Amino acid sequence: MKKNNSLLLSAPYILFMIVFTLIPLGVVGYYALTDVDTGRFTWENVQNLVLYLPAFWRSILYSLISSLICLLIGYPVAYFIAHRGPVMQKFLYMLVMLPMCMSFLLRTLAWVGLLQDTGIINNLLDSIGLARLPLIRTPAAVILGMVYNYLPYMILPLYAIIVKIDNRLIEAAEDLGCTPAQTFVKVVLPLSMPGILSGMTMVFVPAVSTFYISQKLGSTDVVLIGDIIERFFKQGNNANMGAALSLLLMILVFVCTGIINRFGGTDEEGAVIV
Amino acid sequence: MSKELIRLRDLTMEFDGERILDAINLYINDHEFLTLLGPSGCGKTTTLRIIGGFLTPTAGTVTFDGKVINDVPPYQRQINTVFQRYALFPHLNVFDNIAFGLRVAKLPKDEINERVNKMLEIVSLKGYGHRSISALSGGQQQRVAIARALVNQPKVLLLDEPLGALDLRLRKDMQNELKRIQQAMGITFIYVTHDQEEALSMSDTVVVMDKGRIQQIGKPEDIYNEPKNAFVADFIGESNILDGVMLSDFKVKFFGRTFTCVDKGFEPNEPVDVVIRPEDIDIVAPEEGHLVGTVTSVTFKGLNYDIIVEFKGFKWLIQTTDFHGVGSTIGIRLNPEDIHIMHKSEYSGMFGDYSSYSAEYDELTEDAGDEEE
Repeated sequence: MKKNNSLLLSAPYILFMIVFTLIPLGVVGYYALTDVDTGRFTWENVQNLVLYLPAFWRSILYSLISSLICLLIGYPVAYFIAHRGPVMQKFLYMLVMLPMCMSFLLRTLAWVGLLQDTGIINNLLDSIGLARLPLIRTPAAVILGMVYNYLPYMILPLYAIIVKIDNRLIEAAEDLGCTPAQTFVKVVLPLSMPGILSGMTMVFVPAVSTFYISQKLGSTDVVLIGDIIERFFKQGNNANMGAALSLLLMILVFVCTGIINRFGGTDEEGAVIV
Repeated sequence: MSKELIRLRDLTMEFDGERILDAINLYINDHEFLTLLGPSGCGKTTTLRIIGGFLTPTAGTVTFDGKVINDVPPYQRQINTVFQRYALFPHLNVFDNIAFGLRVAKLPKDEINERVNKMLEIVSLKGYGHRSISALSGGQQQRVAIARALVNQPKVLLLDEPLGALDLRLRKDMQNELKRIQQAMGITFIYVTHDQEEALSMSDTVVVMDKGRIQQIGKPEDIYNEPKNAFVADFIGESNILDGVMLSDFKVKFFGRTFTCVDKGFEPNEPVDVVIRPEDIDIVAPEEGHLVGTVTSVTFKGLNYDIIVEFKGFKWLIQTTDFHGVGSTIGIRLNPEDIHIMHKSEYSGMFGDYSSYSAEYDELTEDAGDEEE
């Protein structure tokens, strides 16, 4: 009886998954393995993936760096918020959420306005007699864009985990001779691990497939895999190659998140991906 | 017998203007088993947390071994704590939990192994070292918490309602176990509980607290036999508390009758509270009794019957091994040593009347076990 009910309740979701996730995935797989002109089966797209490996590595590297920077910035922020009073916590939480209410495109464009050669920062430098700096079209600008856009996805899961750490465990550590720094390393950090892992994943996954940030803030030769995929679908008219790239990206994301979670070592808790 | 180890002087604690502790004065000897006993919110846990270093008192001092330690952080105190609901580290196994303090102290690996293994034996958890904390029962977690604290060989062990979450049977076993460990290791125990039976059976000294003040300090026997006021008399065991007048030394009048007692030193005709323990009352035939009353309720308790007897509108609790049915008329005799006289206090009239017997009794026996912040 109970079993039937739960099946009935989950039916809409299962249907949704089949129609909008499983079937499209099959379509992507079909496209990846067929020729763009003839529509016949071919390995050509898969073989051609090698050409784009540099872009893959670059995307993974940039996203990993961004995730790590997000962690370094986000952890202290999350810790700070988690240790405020309830009212202050709500306020700060909202503050972290606030940029997410603004359009992603707008946020990225705002950085263009700040960083470009005739942008706000350079104009300011110029007006006080300093030389203009090449801020935009650099890898740093792309990583900055990623960090800025995805930082809330790091802070929120971290906060959710840190706020739940039982204060008595911290007292117990101090009771057993830990200085505040030792308490942090031996108790707080290990207990934050699930938050760190899901934060890393939440930043890494969207960052690795992003295209808009690199187009607006990166130089033309620093191409990320998301840009290439977009190009195949929108300009190159080769959806089949784009599909092959998407599939590989998906596999790589799985592998990377697997590695990130393995770092945590806690198998049960590592399962809190996205 | 032993030297003083900890002294609290005029210890006062306020949270948001509310006074939680009101000028507590107390000393604790080396090797002593001292219990802070009181109802929820009496300030016992707060006192313990101040000694542990987790709270800084608003006023007053904590002295340890002759030195004021108000501002010494917990990690520099030679004190370890067994926390309420244990606070074991969930990311470490049993062995690593117990070894935690020794590793922080950077002891050699061999010594850590040796001491942890010995400790596992002491708390009867040999072979459990590699278990995860979540795989342990409440009683086992409890013992890990004790081992984790004791392995550091602290001078003082603080225990905050350590047995509160265990069932009755296990609690009795652990009481004996704790007492045994305390005597074997010669460590000072400061124990917080709201369970009077636990306090009486384990402690060298009992400190009864209520409303942030110490109501009485003494040996378990003294606390039980010579309660200082109606609160203590009621909180420790069962008591019939009556209004009386102390006519002169050794003469007290209540229920319109003068009794001989063993107390003296009161003002002539001073109004007093008279305590009569339910188990001290002798039941006799009506014609032989000092007082004659009617049984209104009988409860079988296993060892004895709890009977409620009405005397002139006032209901007493009497414990007897003989059965007396509801409605029967009985007489009682009171020996001088069964009558205990107390000065009137703010608690007079609040306790010791069994007119609303069932409700109050349930409240007392029910170990609410609720936590005190």
